[in-house]
Amino acid sequence: MLQLIIFSTLNGVLYGMLLFMMASGLTLIFSMMGVLNFAHASFYMVGAYFGFEISRRIGFWPGFFIAPVAVGAIGAMVERYGLRRLHRLGHVSELLFTFGLAFVIEELVQIFWGKLPVDYRVPPSLDFVAFRLFDTTYPAYRMFMLLTAVAMFAALLAGLTRTRVGIIIQAALTHPDMVAMLGHDVPKIFMLVFGAGAALAGLAGVIAGPALVTQPSMAASLGPILFVVIVVGGLGSLGGAFVASLLIGLVQTFAVAMNTSLAGIFGPAAPPFLGDLWQVTVAELAPVIPYVLLVLMLIVRPTGLMGTRET
Amino acid sequence: MTSALRTLAPWLAMAVLFAAAPHIFASGSALTMMSVMGTMIIFALSYNMLLGQTGLLSFGHAVYFGLGGFVAIHMMNVVISAKLGVPVAIIPLFGGLAGLGFGFLFGLVSTKRAGIVFSMISLGIGELVSSSSFILRTFFGGEEGITSNRSALAPFFGHKFGPQIEVYYLIAAWCFLSIVAMYALTLTPFGRMCNAVRDNPERVEFVGYSPRVLRMIAFCFAAFFAGIAGGLTAINFEIMNSEQLGAEQSSLALFMAYIGGVSSFTGPIVGAVIVTFLQITLSDVSSVWQLYFGLMFIGVVLYAPDGVIGWVKLHRQAALRGQLWRLAPSYALVAPAFAAACVGAIMLIELANRQFQLVQSEGSVVRLFGVNLDAATARPWIVAVLLFGAGVVAVRLLWPRVGDAWGAVNERLHSRDKA
Repeated sequence: MLQLIIFSTLNGVLYGMLLFMMASGLTLIFSMMGVLNFAHASFYMVGAYFGFEISRRIGFWPGFFIAPVAVGAIGAMVERYGLRRLHRLGHVSELLFTFGLAFVIEELVQIFWGKLPVDYRVPPSLDFVAFRLFDTTYPAYRMFMLLTAVAMFAALLAGLTRTRVGIIIQAALTHPDMVAMLGHDVPKIFMLVFGAGAALAGLAGVIAGPALVTQPSMAASLGPILFVVIVVGGLGSLGGAFVASLLIGLVQTFAVAMNTSLAGIFGPAAPPFLGDLWQVTVAELAPVIPYVLLVLMLIVRPTGLMGTRET
Repeated sequence: MTSALRTLAPWLAMAVLFAAAPHIFASGSALTMMSVMGTMIIFALSYNMLLGQTGLLSFGHAVYFGLGGFVAIHMMNVVISAKLGVPVAIIPLFGGLAGLGFGFLFGLVSTKRAGIVFSMISLGIGELVSSSSFILRTFFGGEEGITSNRSALAPFFGHKFGPQIEVYYLIAAWCFLSIVAMYALTLTPFGRMCNAVRDNPERVEFVGYSPRVLRMIAFCFAAFFAGIAGGLTAINFEIMNSEQLGAEQSSLALFMAYIGGVSSFTGPIVGAVIVTFLQITLSDVSSVWQLYFGLMFIGVVLYAPDGVIGWVKLHRQAALRGQLWRLAPSYALVAPAFAAACVGAIMLIELANRQFQLVQSEGSVVRLFGVNLDAATARPWIVAVLLFGAGVVAVRLLWPRVGDAWGAVNERLHSRDKA
């Protein structure tokens, strides 16, 4: 039991940090530009595929550095040539544009890499056992993922609060007009933030690719969960996104590890009309839990955990 | 008398068109396609009650379509096994009522707010329902879905709806009724208040209405008609599975409504016809048809936010004032460049698809526009890149001429207005 708790906590924190790497960019882009970027999870997927392609040809480590930069460049181009010209048409057009983009990226990935999962492996230099606890081993690659995510988190925090660019970004979050008045190029800041957010998502893809499955449906299955994270955390709140990422990471990981069902607790005789629900284990419910959490949160506290605004 | 005739004329024309369509396009595949179009028209129109008329962007509209369909198909099975005298013709009503019920339930949660939050809740509920469908196997039938047999139900005026042509007329009748009902709704004070909620919810509150209640009612109506569309789909295919309530089906509603044009009532009808036609024909021609679809959607979002109907309306206005000829030269200049860019893009996509995906199963030669191209050689790629690049550059250079022509046309239109 203790073993289960320790490993589930580790995996949960890891999954949560991965979610935060994407949710942080998503929520920054949203609070700055008012755009809910449907293609954000697609950047994560593109990152994983770039990482796979580069590691197949050159090696994992070049991919680790090149792929996020390439994804970031794509993100910046999307902002510059797509979103910027839609800005005057309003947020719905921008949202629909990213929605269509997510659709197109998934199809393009299928053209180049096929519909089946690709063989993106953990690099040999990281393919060993990190530690052994109660005769269960924990792979070093997962520790590496965790460290990368934590390092990214620290860098983001330092960048936003300690550097000049970070302070301008923070100002542009709430007072874009004033920042423009002071002589800063706000569209350029938008492009920078969008590109950086895409690069972060790409990095998450590069490191998550070998551990999870790299396949064309990975964006569509992760995207809605990212939205759950930023709504539960409170739209536009970085701290909230952090808490919600960890919360959802832990809840889902623990749920997957649990095999109890109502039938297991109260006996196999199901009351009428509850046949299926009676047999379902908590593990099977895991994919539904984030959405239940979302609906509950919106009923009880529409601003999210740490948000201040409602729409 | 004449004014009554004028308002009735389009409806009569539509009824005649619906009745005559199977005689004009008599083949079996055309009949199947038109049956699907009928259900999709209802689905797209019901979606536009939210997006176009009330300003609610939903990403989970297929929930009501799918649940309506599932309830309808279960209802059919109950009717068959209990030998009730319910004919198949009224089964869609049960689908609609199911949609209404679930719409009310989920509407309570989601219509509190408009804007982005509404969109996210609709997405969340959509994911919630579609992932639940894999858990509640008895109701949703797991991977295989639920099947039924429409001809085993009680006959309706002697018709058992076995042959596709009878199903087509059933769908056409429901489609006609739904279009009339949804159009009538837009004319009521309620319909007008929905538009007001879309444009300025604050003001609506000052006038003494609750935007939330209005959104809720609109949401319930939309869910009701989506449920009818789902019920008709259940009858048409005699099978429902969890794909019908998933994210892809929800995006389909959005694509249909948006490509047709959300700012007019007829837009989604046109969109449903175009999208269904492309879906069925393109999937025969190319294995990556969904990519063309996505690109088309992005194109509409970027360059024609009012959809196909918006574009047509613009030109009709110019044509009515006899100004269309002013546009012709600039269009004639841009058209070849645009065509070159499109041909280049299609070549690139098909060559890439062949080279990276189909090369092992079907060889490297792909037949495009009546020419055999070998994707393994460099020449077709160079031609494709040149066509695409030159086309894009030429369109960008020539586009200001179109803008100038429109400027001249608009000047004429407005000067006449003043006179």
